[in-house]
Amino acid sequence: MFIKLSLRNIQRSFKDYTIYFFTLVLGIAMFYMFNSIESQTVMMNISASTKEIIRLMISILSGVSVFVSFILAFLIIYASRFLMKRRNKEFAIYMTLGMGKRQISSIILCETLFIGFISLIVGLMAGIALSQVMSVFVAGMFEADMTKFEFVFSHSAMMKTILYFTIIYFIVMIFNVFFIGKQELIDLLTSHRRNQTIKERSLWLSIFTFIVASIILGYAYYLVTAGISFLNTADKILAPISLGIIATFMIFYSVSGFVLKVFMLKKSFYFKNLNTFVMRQFSSQMNTTVFSMSIICLMLFMTICILSSGISIKNATSAELKEMTPVDVCLYKNWDLSGKKANGKEYTSKEIEYSHLDIRETLEKVGFSIDQNFKEVLMYNNYATNDLTIKDTLGSTYQQIHKQYPYLRFDDAEKIVRLSDYNKVAKLYGLPTYTLNNQQYMIIADFEGMSSIRNVALEANVPISLLGKTYYPKYNVCREGYMIIASNHMNTGIIIVPDDAVNESIRQQSVMIANYNANDKDEKRKIEEKINQINHQTNIEGVSKLTLYESSIGLGAMVTFIAIYLGIIFLISGATILALKQLGESVDNKERYHMLRKIGVDEHMLNKALFIQIGLFFIAPLILALIHSFFGIKFCGYILTTFGDEKLMTSIFLTAIFIIFIYGGYMMITYLNSKRMIKD
Amino acid sequence: MEPILKIQNIEKYYGNKSNLTKALSQLSLDVYKGEFVAIMGASGSGKTTLLNCVSTIDRVTSGHIYVGDTDITKLKGNELNRFRREELGFIFQDFNLLDTLTAYENIALALSIQGVSHKKIDRRIQALARDLRIQDVLNKFPYQMSGGQKQRVASVRALITNPKMILADEPTGALDSHSSQMLLDSFKHLNEDLETTILMVTHDVLSASYASRVVFIKDGQIFNEIYRGDCHRKAFYEKIIDVMTLLGGE
Repeated sequence: MFIKLSLRNIQRSFKDYTIYFFTLVLGIAMFYMFNSIESQTVMMNISASTKEIIRLMISILSGVSVFVSFILAFLIIYASRFLMKRRNKEFAIYMTLGMGKRQISSIILCETLFIGFISLIVGLMAGIALSQVMSVFVAGMFEADMTKFEFVFSHSAMMKTILYFTIIYFIVMIFNVFFIGKQELIDLLTSHRRNQTIKERSLWLSIFTFIVASIILGYAYYLVTAGISFLNTADKILAPISLGIIATFMIFYSVSGFVLKVFMLKKSFYFKNLNTFVMRQFSSQMNTTVFSMSIICLMLFMTICILSSGISIKNATSAELKEMTPVDVCLYKNWDLSGKKANGKEYTSKEIEYSHLDIRETLEKVGFSIDQNFKEVLMYNNYATNDLTIKDTLGSTYQQIHKQYPYLRFDDAEKIVRLSDYNKVAKLYGLPTYTLNNQQYMIIADFEGMSSIRNVALEANVPISLLGKTYYPKYNVCREGYMIIASNHMNTGIIIVPDDAVNESIRQQSVMIANYNANDKDEKRKIEEKINQINHQTNIEGVSKLTLYESSIGLGAMVTFIAIYLGIIFLISGATILALKQLGESVDNKERYHMLRKIGVDEHMLNKALFIQIGLFFIAPLILALIHSFFGIKFCGYILTTFGDEKLMTSIFLTAIFIIFIYGGYMMITYLNSKRMIKD
Repeated sequence: MEPILKIQNIEKYYGNKSNLTKALSQLSLDVYKGEFVAIMGASGSGKTTLLNCVSTIDRVTSGHIYVGDTDITKLKGNELNRFRREELGFIFQDFNLLDTLTAYENIALALSIQGVSHKKIDRRIQALARDLRIQDVLNKFPYQMSGGQKQRVASVRALITNPKMILADEPTGALDSHSSQMLLDSFKHLNEDLETTILMVTHDVLSASYASRVVFIKDGQIFNEIYRGDCHRKAFYEKIIDVMTLLGGE
């Protein structure tokens, strides 16, 4: 009996459930998709280091999934509470018929179970279908070759999805039963008779609040962009974030207070067609939803920042990698280990003996032929001494900089390279070469955070002394450049000195730069494996283009994945809340639109009014979110310099597509649903 | 004189073949310019159906209704909407004011959807508001007004477009007796001084006694009609009661 009744209820109110159902299915599909990445990558032909990254990503994703399941749980509870409230009258009828609360609860239980069951099946099917598409995408992201297309199905992801959502549905059921238990018949019967009073906030208070909010917001924007140098410790970022949140609430509160007045000023607009009606609707909606609008605005803001930064990290790493890896490999080996310690232990005599050989000799000794395996070989030495530390290079500016950056490692010895060595490398890399007279030095750096610090000292013309002689800076800023290939700009500074400024006594490392004598990726990989094999007996360290590519592309891809996952979930949540709020209004709107129809407004004009009303409701939070994002993305760009600079256009474009599809999709569903609601 | 409203042999059926309800059968009625016609009848007699057909909210099964020269039974879609908003004014029992709009905006809406400029709108609202004594409530919301005020605002909205005819469906149905009398006085003023044609459906004898003619409907047909002529409202009231007795006692 109850089952029959609840089935009938679902069937009848299926259209009211569209948004709810859509959200459930989307949530489940996303959850499955991102948890099934493991099995999507199993059959791909990828290297060990990429596999390592994917393993890391999977463990991060499972943590993120717990967080996501919390968000989805709140969302589903919110949506189901909303649907319950819409059915007050129906519950009242059950009660007047003498049905007990327990019986009504069992009807609701059946409904929840039924909807949960169907949405799980549909959501999982959608997830499985979409993950086929996604595996192609995953392969592209990790630059893996898809050897063959295979149908991917992840048993564990499915079980995980079922488990998480069963728990969520169980909580929803408890909430619903609790909700029914609280209801009184008289309230249910009279619930539709709302004596809504139109609150009009004081105009001047609103304008005042708006001005204050704008100032606060402006200050927060200033803090994260122009004033960013003050944010030198992590806890200080809380200030602009909390200011931004407060200002967002204040803006929505104040705008809802005067938006109508602004439109009223322009009478020829206000008294045109249904504008009066639409503007009143919009302003009263804003009045009652200040809180949700602010939350949604902030969610959209996060979505935009997360998505565009996430995607741009991937793009930027790829571009930067290409630029920063002009050769295949850089090998380096510490010189003269006698008297030095590693992990608290003295080096063995054999190791010390080996440390007096340069890289070429070392490699030949273990039977690795340089002529056979390498081409375009270039060798040079690094020098370093404890008499020239960063503190010494900063000289008189040290006190000032120490105050600002107390955690910098001021006692590290500077890396010193001879001018002719640097010019050799620069020529190979396609970087500018320099000349120095015998009293000059210069600094090569490309890590912006560090070069700006060094520039202070160079500007002050701070001299350095090396082996008893003094040198002055040739340039008042660091020159951009690097000597070791890397995945990004991370050269914190190399001191370049005239060739005779250093000698063997302070030689620290020998370095070899080379290209592999190979024609394709597979041959290069073979040479690299050879180096890896002999590596443990030679104490040679190094970086290679191949490993840099694999690890940083993998890293970029991982960040992008997590960003897309979180971004979509935030977007779904925000859009669902908006859609439900709007549909809740539609019950009242129905009467209003009916009246309009009676006084002769035609359908075309009505639909247009409805569309504008819903459009404004969805766009208002988006506008502020976009303004926030403009500064937010700049800030992300700043803190992510370690990952790479701008190249933002593509990622912003992709983000826009995401938002138009998901957010716009929700808007259209809301519009079509509302249109149907006001029609019957 | 040509009638402003000409109803010719209209019929209206509800339901399907197996279960047919005849709401109106072979009903004809002419209303002339400047008339104030009340339509009376018991519930289920078909009086509201008649009004709905005239107001184009409902369609007749057969027959013709002419307003001026237009056969409104032939109108479709947007023509119908245009006709409704330009030629007719409506007053409903439950006012049908939009709760989110002030009185002024409610009235203005009827004109702004016709594309009238806001300056013209303002002039016309001020003039009519004085006539129906609602200047004081123009900036109030419906929930801040009394029933009588709301109904007078609704009347101004109905009149503001200069319609050929006002259609009123139980306009005093939700009002107390004092407000009812004030509204009916307004109707009388509109009818006598501004020559507005009014077609009003009511089952309230007092309301009907303000009219210049009362038409009685029973089972979808005209049962009787009486004219006030020169007789006083009180006397006309008695006459209506008499017909009502006859109508009910049969």
